[in-house]
Amino acid sequence: MSETFDVAVVGGGMVGGAIAYGCARSGARTVLLDGADASLRAARGNFGLVWSQGKGKDMPAYAVWTRTSLELWPAFAEAMGSAAGQEIGYRRVGGLAFCVGEQELAERRDEVQRLHNLDGGRGPPVRLLERRELEALLPGTPLGPQVTGASLAPDDGHVNPLLLLRGLHAGFLRAGGVHRPGVEVARIDAADSFAIDCGASVVRARKVVVAAGVGTPRLAAMLGIEVPVRPVRGQNMVTERLPPMLPLPASALRQTAEGVVQIGVTNEEGTWDPATTVVALARMAARAVTLLPPLARARIVRAWGALRPMTPDGYPAYAQSATHPGAFVAVCHSGVTLSAAHAGVLAKCVLAGRLSDEFSDMHPARFGRGDRVHAA
Amino acid sequence: MFTRPDSGSIFFHFDGKEIRAREGDSIAAALLAAGERVTRTTPVGRAPRGPFCMMGACFDCLAEVDGVAGVQTCLVPARAGMRVARQQGAPPDEFEAA
Repeated sequence: MSETFDVAVVGGGMVGGAIAYGCARSGARTVLLDGADASLRAARGNFGLVWSQGKGKDMPAYAVWTRTSLELWPAFAEAMGSAAGQEIGYRRVGGLAFCVGEQELAERRDEVQRLHNLDGGRGPPVRLLERRELEALLPGTPLGPQVTGASLAPDDGHVNPLLLLRGLHAGFLRAGGVHRPGVEVARIDAADSFAIDCGASVVRARKVVVAAGVGTPRLAAMLGIEVPVRPVRGQNMVTERLPPMLPLPASALRQTAEGVVQIGVTNEEGTWDPATTVVALARMAARAVTLLPPLARARIVRAWGALRPMTPDGYPAYAQSATHPGAFVAVCHSGVTLSAAHAGVLAKCVLAGRLSDEFSDMHPARFGRGDRVHAA
Repeated sequence: MFTRPDSGSIFFHFDGKEIRAREGDSIAAALLAAGERVTRTTPVGRAPRGPFCMMGACFDCLAEVDGVAGVQTCLVPARAGMRVARQQGAPPDEFEAA
């Protein structure tokens, strides 16, 4: 009979890749069951922000979890760079959310104040910058005249998400992990160990983690975990490489280390098609030009869409099965930001066989209580 | 770099030099055949770049063609008398800070 792995991770994207890397690095014999090239992969479509701003307003546990990951990021980025064979472009330079017009600025001011009052003044360190302060922070940036200010989260930043994914996979392999791409998991049976039916073969493991993005609900259900996840499409486009003009990443607008300006973003419901639409791209481009008018003369070289895995409240879901101990599920749309915590804290919990208390509020059982407004 | 049985009979200008091309050559193909490997420098690090994929995907072969910056030279056929210039960084001046 074939080998029984310590851990099988179903899903080789940003979430599964990070958990598998973390498990393998801790010495667990780990197999990563990855989809095919044509699978719906959020991890090929990320914007690349490492971001706390605006996250977890209604779920303090998620805000804390995000901050935990941000604290782990500098060392994690080093490890990923070493695994990927080149640094992955992580820049912890602060993150902006621009305001256009007086109303946006007034609303943002209220929101920043509200965040500050959360947690008895120990809320997230976000502050509001008026136009003058913003100009002082970005002396070489050609801000449009309608930009009234921005909120700034000093610990936020950005990264090259494709290099991060490569780092996760390369680090996993280097730690002795076994990568099986092109796998479609048909069913998972639990007995002494988990038997994962991959069509052509059966993989056995003592623990299993389902991190299959928008494909999570079907697999989680086989393990007694109900977790509603729906696709929310996000569109992106990138310009030709331009001289440095935006040193800090902003919500839906960042300039990469190589000079490319990346423009987002949409939140589109009700489609399983990761396509782009002219209407959305035009709106995104118009907003970007309002922020940085010289972009009107930039050439767009590529645009793409990807499907984010979204839970009913938009926050991550983590659980260990009550009926099948040793079976875990992890799903979220902040795979880049949370990758450091997934590779560290979460992987350790999986190996220990118990999710620590910080995960309690992020259990998908919350969707069974009260409203299930967006439940798919 | 290469030898060609027929090196062509049309000529265009590249930074003041005469480049010989065959009918139907892309600008990039003609430049490579003439031993010219650098068509631009990068906007951030000013590193040299030249034709790589030859099929419109990599955007490394950009140059200024008849006054238009950012042209993918692998996709544009060489024509007699055209003026091609190495592009220094990004399209010039347009993206200077306001």
